[in-house]
Amino acid sequence: MKNITLSAVIATGFALVGTAALAEGQPPAEIKPLVIDGINIVAEAQAPSHMDIPAIYSGWEFRAEETQVLQLDDFDNPGMLEVDAAREAFNTVDGAAGKSCASCHEGGPEEFKGLAAVLPRWNPDQNALYTMEDYINYCRTARMQAEAWPWGKTQLNGMVGLLNLQSRGEIRNVAIDGPVADLWQQGHDIYYVKQGQLGMSCSSCHEENYGVRIRAEILSQGQTTGFPVYRLKNAHLNSVENRFKGCMKNMRAEPYKPGGPEFHALELYVASRGNGLGIEGPSVRN
Amino acid sequence: MKNSILLTACASVAMMATAALGEVAPGDVVFDDNGGVPVSLTGVPGDPANGQKTMINRKKGNCFACHVVSAMSDVPFHGLVGPSLDGVASRYDEAFIRGILVNAKHTFDGTIMPAMYVPATLPRTMKKFQGTTILSAQEVEDVLSYLETLKE
Repeated sequence: MKNITLSAVIATGFALVGTAALAEGQPPAEIKPLVIDGINIVAEAQAPSHMDIPAIYSGWEFRAEETQVLQLDDFDNPGMLEVDAAREAFNTVDGAAGKSCASCHEGGPEEFKGLAAVLPRWNPDQNALYTMEDYINYCRTARMQAEAWPWGKTQLNGMVGLLNLQSRGEIRNVAIDGPVADLWQQGHDIYYVKQGQLGMSCSSCHEENYGVRIRAEILSQGQTTGFPVYRLKNAHLNSVENRFKGCMKNMRAEPYKPGGPEFHALELYVASRGNGLGIEGPSVRN
Repeated sequence: MKNSILLTACASVAMMATAALGEVAPGDVVFDDNGGVPVSLTGVPGDPANGQKTMINRKKGNCFACHVVSAMSDVPFHGLVGPSLDGVASRYDEAFIRGILVNAKHTFDGTIMPAMYVPATLPRTMKKFQGTTILSAQEVEDVLSYLETLKE
């Protein structure tokens, strides 16, 4: 405690003379191996070259042990209930075309192995940045002639969970150049802009203060490799862009629309900050 | 005509809400060279008990999200994002602390600490908070009067 006070005072002193570099977060207190049902997940890696911090960590490493253990066995992971429902939906006919997901994807959800690791990505057929949700709803509307599932609700989050699960342990590697270069830059700019009445950016917490206690919680780097996330706080799976919405509301900022272009750009940028980490969704967090 | 009278009345009420008589309005606060604010924002002595309540209130100061105050350890979960406030009144004079409360970004370049008495104008600020301040002038004085008791 004394050390923290002292370093804060020293930091304050530097700030006063105007030479302080922006603060940087702290690594997790202890790095533990993240192994789920025998699959090793890379939870610590060198940061991608576009970032200003040395290392990236799964949010799992920052959680308390009692939360961590819930993710180590799929029988203990409460998010798997929504994934099980999605597995059933995968095989259930819906919509005017009389098809289920399985009608086209005869190999089952396993056909999607690896996809979560490279999303969001540019979809040249639709000329748009596509997240997993977009692919699911494209299939539902265009191929099944069914209603699109609403963004952020259990059906869509569960299906994203089922498909992301197929990439468990794959290394995230989203493209940031080519047709998505401008969108990536837009996401970068949203990440760093101070907003809302509290005047904070994503970076204020997740780059400058990760590993630091805010109230009872330890701030993470805001990595998205664990999405959809089952949050003990609200007891259901949460999408990346719905989590963004919650963060912005906490800053007393008007959130962008989940599924809209701004959050898509931000989702791409934040995903790129996790290039090198293993896919672990659906994960369990506070 | 009726509407314009109503509007004028509303505007007066709004002005009273943001800057009561004798208060320094958020935009009119004068800082010294160190980022301090030597003059009381209200001229009314602060109430330390109300200052503590304002610090605890998560929709007001929410100070414990980021700061430790050992003398208030009965409040659960003090964060460590900012420095401990123990002994803050021995480290800094009153004007300097008032300056930090009004607008810490003015004192410490790049700090994460929200400006408590600056009208909210940043991008995406929710409509209901636009132009408002997180704390009122008297709440700043109340919090300050409590912090002044934290001496080592």
